[in-house]
Amino acid sequence: MNKTMVKVDKAGMTFDTKKGKFVALRDIDLSISEGEFVTLIGHSGCGKSTLLNLIAGLALPTSGNLICDGREIAGPGPERAVVFQNHSLLPWLTCLENVLLAVERVFGKKEGKPKLRARAEAALEMVHMDHALHKYPHEISGGMKQRVGIARAFAMEPKILLMDEPFGALDALTRASLQDELNGVMEKTGATVVMVTHDVDEAVLLSDRIVMMTNGPAATIGEILDVKLARPRDRLALAHDTDFVEYRAALLEFLYQKQVRKAA
Amino acid sequence: MNAASITSDKIMTMTSKPVPATPAVARKISAPAEPSRSGGIVLSSVMLTVFKSVFPPLVGICLLLAVWALLAAEGGSIPGPLAVWEAAKVLFADPFYNNGPNDMGIGWNVLSSLQRVGIGFGFAALVGIPLGFVIGRFAFMNRMFEPIISLLRPVSPLAWLPIGLLVFKQADPAATWTIFICSIWPMIINTAVGVQRVPQDYMNVARVLDLDEWKIVTRILFPSVLPYMLTGIRLSIGTAWLVIVAAEMLTGGVGIGFWVWDEWNNLKVEHIIIAIFVIGIVGLLLEQALLLLARRFSYGNS
Repeated sequence: MNKTMVKVDKAGMTFDTKKGKFVALRDIDLSISEGEFVTLIGHSGCGKSTLLNLIAGLALPTSGNLICDGREIAGPGPERAVVFQNHSLLPWLTCLENVLLAVERVFGKKEGKPKLRARAEAALEMVHMDHALHKYPHEISGGMKQRVGIARAFAMEPKILLMDEPFGALDALTRASLQDELNGVMEKTGATVVMVTHDVDEAVLLSDRIVMMTNGPAATIGEILDVKLARPRDRLALAHDTDFVEYRAALLEFLYQKQVRKAA
Repeated sequence: MNAASITSDKIMTMTSKPVPATPAVARKISAPAEPSRSGGIVLSSVMLTVFKSVFPPLVGICLLLAVWALLAAEGGSIPGPLAVWEAAKVLFADPFYNNGPNDMGIGWNVLSSLQRVGIGFGFAALVGIPLGFVIGRFAFMNRMFEPIISLLRPVSPLAWLPIGLLVFKQADPAATWTIFICSIWPMIINTAVGVQRVPQDYMNVARVLDLDEWKIVTRILFPSVLPYMLTGIRLSIGTAWLVIVAAEMLTGGVGIGFWVWDEWNNLKVEHIIIAIFVIGIVGLLLEQALLLLARRFSYGNS
């Protein structure tokens, strides 16, 4: 077994609202190994994004603690890169400059300008965006923006990559191509990833482990599913794979039988 | 269930959209330039567009002139459009003559007013924009300055003129001082609002990258606030141009406001009307120039 990259220990999150305390998460215990791809899945409002924010350090737990690579998570940092749902590229910077901003922060003290630029270009090339280095975010499609967002995160060579519904805002076809691309990048880099999603197919296709969350308030981990499909994974072949179908069924069963969402 | 994602394996190329070489719209507009093949309909549609954008303003201006001519014809001492036109031809034949400080061409008067606005406004920007950043960034500062700004902002800048005269002992810096006072509020307020409205997403990026305060200001805050700042600048210039005329009427010297008052004392009403048009046109040009600048710094809808 690989070494533990992230350890979540009895973490809980309570928000103070006008109506009093709101318990979003309770008793989260989870450990993520190096090189592992973990997906958090659950109905909306189950606190999966909150858990991701806790790992990112964008929010701090109100109880319990989180440890990343032996150090307590006390705030955000570039060793835990985040791919945001809405890509969050800075509109006044080109694709290359957006990636460079991150690269400069991480490697700027050790490396010269040409090396930094080469890093940024390589990251964009990895997600097949080398044709749009000097385009501004509003000049490219939603799928392309998310590719740049992924490139920015990978370029930082983070210990762990956190993705908050990275493909949620994309259409099904674009989403599929980005999933394949992500799978490719994963195989090349062997990165540790935590991804939030509500897409069952996406979860099974990409993950080593799927963490299923119960409904909020006071959400916690319901079940954990180990996905033992061989890599590299091929979308078309898996469609008829019995294991794949089984995993999907297990997820659907949890989401739509055990955790039926109350009519909104 | 999710058929689309299963059957869509090798569709990577789909996301890289080919850019159409000749957009249909461009072709349509350039069509009338070519000799008309079947272009009668296209030509008339272009003419209709031009007509729609030119005709209504033209009617408006004609209406203004007509009302003016009618009022002038009714008697009284208001000169009609033609009389003013004749006076303007004489006046603009030599806008930059100089017969001593009390008799200079209208060009000099406009320029010296613009200079006062420029200096007063420049100082206001120098103070107001950094102050706006500080107020927007720190809640304590916001609460500290809020009562001061709320109290002083509604005061007519002309009320500050005597204070300026008292402090500077001269008319010219006192007029500049009133411009400073009236320009500073929109600049502080708009900059502060801009800083407060920086999207949380961008700040999250800054936090995840753990950028230092300097990079946050230069790479994230400043570009993000710039459109708000430019709105503040535009409002400031507009107000400053309104106020300078009144201030100069009180302080005298060279300037378009003083010139209006001087021509009133000379009973040259044609010149006063010309001045009204000149002030209006200069104000319009300032506004348009800043709108153009603002458009340059607006970044599509991300």
